[in-house]
Amino acid sequence: MSRNPHASPALRRAALAAVDRAVHAFESRDGTERARSADATSPAVSSRRAFLQVSASSLAAGLLAACGSNGPDSAGRLLTFAGKQNEKVERWLFRHTAMNHGSPGAFVAKNQFPRYFISDTVPLWNVATRGEWALEVTGLVKTPLRLDLAALMAMPSTRQRVDHFCVEGWNAVAEFRGVRMREIAKLAGVLPQAAYVDFQSFDKNYHESWDMESAMHPQTLVVYGKEETMLSPAYGAPTRVHSPVKLGYKNTKYLTRIAFMAERNGGYWTDNGYDWYGGT
Amino acid sequence: MSEKVRHHWIVRVTHWLNAIAFTLMVGSGLRIFNAYPSFHRKGETFCCWPFEGTPAPVWLTFGSFLGSARQWHFAMMWVLVVTGIVYVAFIYLHGEWRELVPRRGDLRDAWQMIRFYVSQRPDHPTHGKHNALQKATYFVMPFVAAVIVLTGIAVWKPVSLGWLTAIFGGYVWARYWHFMGMLTLVLMSVVHVFMVISVDPYSVRSMLTGGHSDRLSPIARNARPFRNLFPKRKASSEHAEPESP
Repeated sequence: MSRNPHASPALRRAALAAVDRAVHAFESRDGTERARSADATSPAVSSRRAFLQVSASSLAAGLLAACGSNGPDSAGRLLTFAGKQNEKVERWLFRHTAMNHGSPGAFVAKNQFPRYFISDTVPLWNVATRGEWALEVTGLVKTPLRLDLAALMAMPSTRQRVDHFCVEGWNAVAEFRGVRMREIAKLAGVLPQAAYVDFQSFDKNYHESWDMESAMHPQTLVVYGKEETMLSPAYGAPTRVHSPVKLGYKNTKYLTRIAFMAERNGGYWTDNGYDWYGGT
Repeated sequence: MSEKVRHHWIVRVTHWLNAIAFTLMVGSGLRIFNAYPSFHRKGETFCCWPFEGTPAPVWLTFGSFLGSARQWHFAMMWVLVVTGIVYVAFIYLHGEWRELVPRRGDLRDAWQMIRFYVSQRPDHPTHGKHNALQKATYFVMPFVAAVIVLTGIAVWKPVSLGWLTAIFGGYVWARYWHFMGMLTLVLMSVVHVFMVISVDPYSVRSMLTGGHSDRLSPIARNARPFRNLFPKRKASSEHAEPESP
């Protein structure tokens, strides 16, 4: 997931030179252009052809220069704006009644389900150095909680067969067992001003924050079991978040803490150019 | 020189906006595709794509990494959808659809155009605004585009709009039809651009300013790909057009 532009340098140089030439050609016409536009009654008809030529070559060169790169920097703000509008549309479309049942007829991926973490090796909770693992539930709650695995497994459990949608474009079907996030929220007594939830992990600094509606979706689980077994370290043990309503990268594995917040606080991939909402 | 412009300004503006937006959508879409250049669900195989795992050439892609390609894709989609809706609404309300809908005899006319292009027929068949091959292509394009947009939404929101994803056969198939629709439209666009260059370069002017000249039309030039690109220098008097007053 390198962010380096991979356009060939020669091509980029040629394209940028073409832009320069086009801009120069246009600027050298600037004097006559201004004189014409000052006289509102005289339409600059004869300059239209030249203008079209310059615009067309700038456009072509601009497109060429942008190829394989992130495009012109000035587009950044426009993209951010579009992203914000898209998030509004996505949140407007979001329903707790829209459920996913793991592509009926599809095979459960089981151990073909990709393993993924940002640490160099599979993150393991070291009891010797960190003590017994427990999930902290903190932030804007009446009762902060510390739930160890036994406490989580004693809560009402849900087993669901769902799709996992990766931002890369693949999907995989899995069967997850765990506790609904809404049960945990109920137990902790989430305060009304909580609008976001941050899911934090012991996989380096990996975390992702969510909107409250998605976290409270009935298919959003704190997962401790996958298919017939307990969640294995390769898949995020002891617990991970999983919901079909979010893209894979939003579903933090190796959970340590769930924090209810008034403001969103980004996330690992969100801070690296991926959209914060990441909804399906 | 006709008094009326060949293409209404709405058609010209939407054509070029769409050309830009579609190019960026294909480039960013291929960059997204390259993050997982396959169609199979994990743990399964896929029947209907012989190039599973083969990424698109990098020079065809747009966006420096997956995240930025997605940003471009999800921004440009609105340009594509809005210009598409404006265009279709316009040709419906303004009557231009009459030049595009298939009619009895179109198949025969299309066959004659093919015969002409492969030199099995000496004279260019006469036709209305477009020849039968153009008509069929321009008629089908908006429908293919609609499939691309709908399958795109189905892949974007497979849970919130799960019913739409289900209509296309689920996530894997929606993604497949999104890709195949793109290939279809790219193929049509490539042929379109080839024919513009090799048969009717004068149509670029019609699509920019709306201006056109009957003397330069493919029928008047009897133009095949790379044949009779320029009008006959010596126009015989019975074929010469009267100057407009």
